[in-house]
Amino acid sequence: MMSTVGDILQGSDRREVRREPGRVQLTLKIRRFNPEVSEDSWWDEFAVQADPFERLVEVLHEVKWRQDGTLSFRRSCGHGVCGSDAMMINGRNALACRVIVKDVAPKVTVEPIRGLPVLKDLIVDMEPFFQGYEAVLPHLINEEGEPRRERLQSPKERARFDDTTKCILCAACTTSCPIFWGDEEYVGPAAIVTAHRFIYDSRDRGARERLNILSEKTGVFRCRTTFNCTEACPRGIEVTKAIQDVKRTILFDRF
Amino acid sequence: MIVGGGAAGIRAAIAAAEISDTLSIALVSKVYPMRSHTVSAEGGAGAAMGADDSPDFHAFDTIRGSDWLADQDAVEAFVAEAPGEIVRLEHWGCPWSREPDGRIAVRAFGGMSVNRTVFAADKTGFHLLHTLFQTSLKYDRIVFYDEFFVTKLLVDDGRCAGVAAFDMRDSEVRCILAKAVILCTGGAGRIFPFTTNAAINTGDGMGLAYRAGVPLKDMEFVQYHPTGLPGTGILMTEASRGEGGLLFNNEGRRFLEDYIPSKMELGPRDILSRAIMQEIEKGHAFEGPYGHYVHLDIRHLGEKTIDTKLFFLRELAKNFIGIDPVHEPIPVRPVVHYMMGGVDTDIMGQTRLAGLYAAGETACVSINGANRLGSNSLTECLVFGARVGRQAAEDALEAVAPPTNLLAELAETEQDRLVGTYLQREGGGERISTIRTDLQTAMERGAGVFRTEESLKEAVEAVSGLRERYSEVAIDDRDRAFNTELVAALELDNMLDVADAVVRSGLERRESRGSHTRRDHEDRDDERFLRHSLAISTAEGAMIEYRDVTITQWPPAERKY
Repeated sequence: MMSTVGDILQGSDRREVRREPGRVQLTLKIRRFNPEVSEDSWWDEFAVQADPFERLVEVLHEVKWRQDGTLSFRRSCGHGVCGSDAMMINGRNALACRVIVKDVAPKVTVEPIRGLPVLKDLIVDMEPFFQGYEAVLPHLINEEGEPRRERLQSPKERARFDDTTKCILCAACTTSCPIFWGDEEYVGPAAIVTAHRFIYDSRDRGARERLNILSEKTGVFRCRTTFNCTEACPRGIEVTKAIQDVKRTILFDRF
Repeated sequence: MIVGGGAAGIRAAIAAAEISDTLSIALVSKVYPMRSHTVSAEGGAGAAMGADDSPDFHAFDTIRGSDWLADQDAVEAFVAEAPGEIVRLEHWGCPWSREPDGRIAVRAFGGMSVNRTVFAADKTGFHLLHTLFQTSLKYDRIVFYDEFFVTKLLVDDGRCAGVAAFDMRDSEVRCILAKAVILCTGGAGRIFPFTTNAAINTGDGMGLAYRAGVPLKDMEFVQYHPTGLPGTGILMTEASRGEGGLLFNNEGRRFLEDYIPSKMELGPRDILSRAIMQEIEKGHAFEGPYGHYVHLDIRHLGEKTIDTKLFFLRELAKNFIGIDPVHEPIPVRPVVHYMMGGVDTDIMGQTRLAGLYAAGETACVSINGANRLGSNSLTECLVFGARVGRQAAEDALEAVAPPTNLLAELAETEQDRLVGTYLQREGGGERISTIRTDLQTAMERGAGVFRTEESLKEAVEAVSGLRERYSEVAIDDRDRAFNTELVAALELDNMLDVADAVVRSGLERRESRGSHTRRDHEDRDDERFLRHSLAISTAEGAMIEYRDVTITQWPPAERKY
């Protein structure tokens, strides 16, 4: 008799069996912190057998669910669009759900992103980051009254700010910025990216206000153009270019 | 108070804030709002915006897609308000993709008679959610309780009076009182092993309402999306087919001509998912390390179109399976995507418990019936988020404040429960992950694309057994700061309730309709089952009752494409 879909699914979903031949050994070295255990962080190592195409966030799950339930990290969508799981992976900021096992095996080091207070293990306090975001008025400003239909916007006008609409607020850029590490007053690259997204949107009328905010000492001129942010962005946003755009507008354009 | 910070939740918060500046609005969410699963929606939002379209066409497509199980008064309200919501989002800054003349662009999608899906590249949910979140920040009267996990609805004198929730930073339970509580916590795809859903989609709002005595409606209807990546389940957007992508079996043939020749790749999701599963059964599928699959081919669209309209899809395929869809076909297979069922509400989002409302995937209004039309879910979040926000706000303005004298006691009782059951529990040999994996396996085996009396009975037994094992669950993490294992244990509690409602509703529905396909009852049976199922919580598991479907203009007919 023909096999049923149920049998086929059972077969295909018994992944640990079918994937076994392709499994690789991965050692995770994870920087741990628990305020209820110690004031200092420490390192733990875990050995895991993983599919080479598995996402690192799933390997962290494997550790959490089978080896050490106390391991704590944030995650949600699992494919790089919700921005929950930015971590420092082998010394560079990345999303754990975008890092593939084969690219880091046999050993990977995982630490929390830098420049924000660590709350537990890989979880940092995001509030200072969101304060920077809120400081640049991250919403469309247009007091001209809402038309009955949509406001028209040409594909070219839409394309002008496309790159900076892609920010997922993961904080990978801001927490890779040496200026931000040293000065928590600096709004940071992600906030400037958000401001950019509105400043160059043909429908927005809040550019002057935002540019004034970004001209202050906590704003764009803190940037020393190290390009760490551009390298760190998991969405491929040209962050440094966006910051330069804003600097140039402040310096050379009347607004 | 709104529980959940996705599209429906934030839309509700803004609608409530617009009703009155005297209201204080709490948005409680277990993740930062922009991490909600709305962010993953790719293809677009359905609304009759185009010159060749009309709300009636949209209504008919929705009802036909639902296999006539949608309530037609709800659908009429939905299609009438949909275009206005899309325009509002535009006014709030949503970066919709545009036509050359500057209007919002529309694209084709499955199960539709005309192009009706507005989109923002192939990251529509992401842009929609961020726009809503940004707009909500303008209102000081919306207060965010980020990373708070709700453990219980507080019911006082037959009225929902708030929630008990703990701050994940310290695991301290607080009781937050409210004159109205709106559940917008999304779906429960995680009760299945292979799903497009985020790790957070554990049916929390459904579980909360269910345990408070509110029925879960039409829970047997689980949508499989036809095109997920094998292994991870990552979604390959329906927009890929809307833009002209084709499906091939291992003979290189567009097999859909055997199943739905009139619509082919633009057929509705339930029909396409069944077709792919049947191809797998016939041996017409490819086989790889992650099981069987068919090919989604978009190569003929060319790199330029792919990069402008399907950029994210290309990025996902390259990153997660190492395949560039510009040069190679993409392996895909059906994957659990959406729950048509949910918390039973009327068309204003009101549940049968006074003071409790629901909207979005959590709710079952119902506009989705037995199968949701692609691109209706984002619009549903907007339309019914706004409706429920307005309704709850107006009701709250009239309502008497809930009594505060019980607060401390309630908080203490709930804290004791968490501590006694989980944090300081002695003994107990069951791990969360083992029960959860067994649950997912039982759901796929018993209540997958194809179901039978026997498979569903086995699933009912399995879920009851897992519920018993859950009473022995033990966690490693006994600390208070960010105890994500405690969260996982409480999520599993919700998942078990939702799963029980799914399998028992499925067992009782002895017909095939929309996504619910019974091999032992292959035909639709309007005489017996043109009715909504209502799963009601009892000590012995879900008890199933039925309620008639509301028919207005479109009498039940054969679902033809």
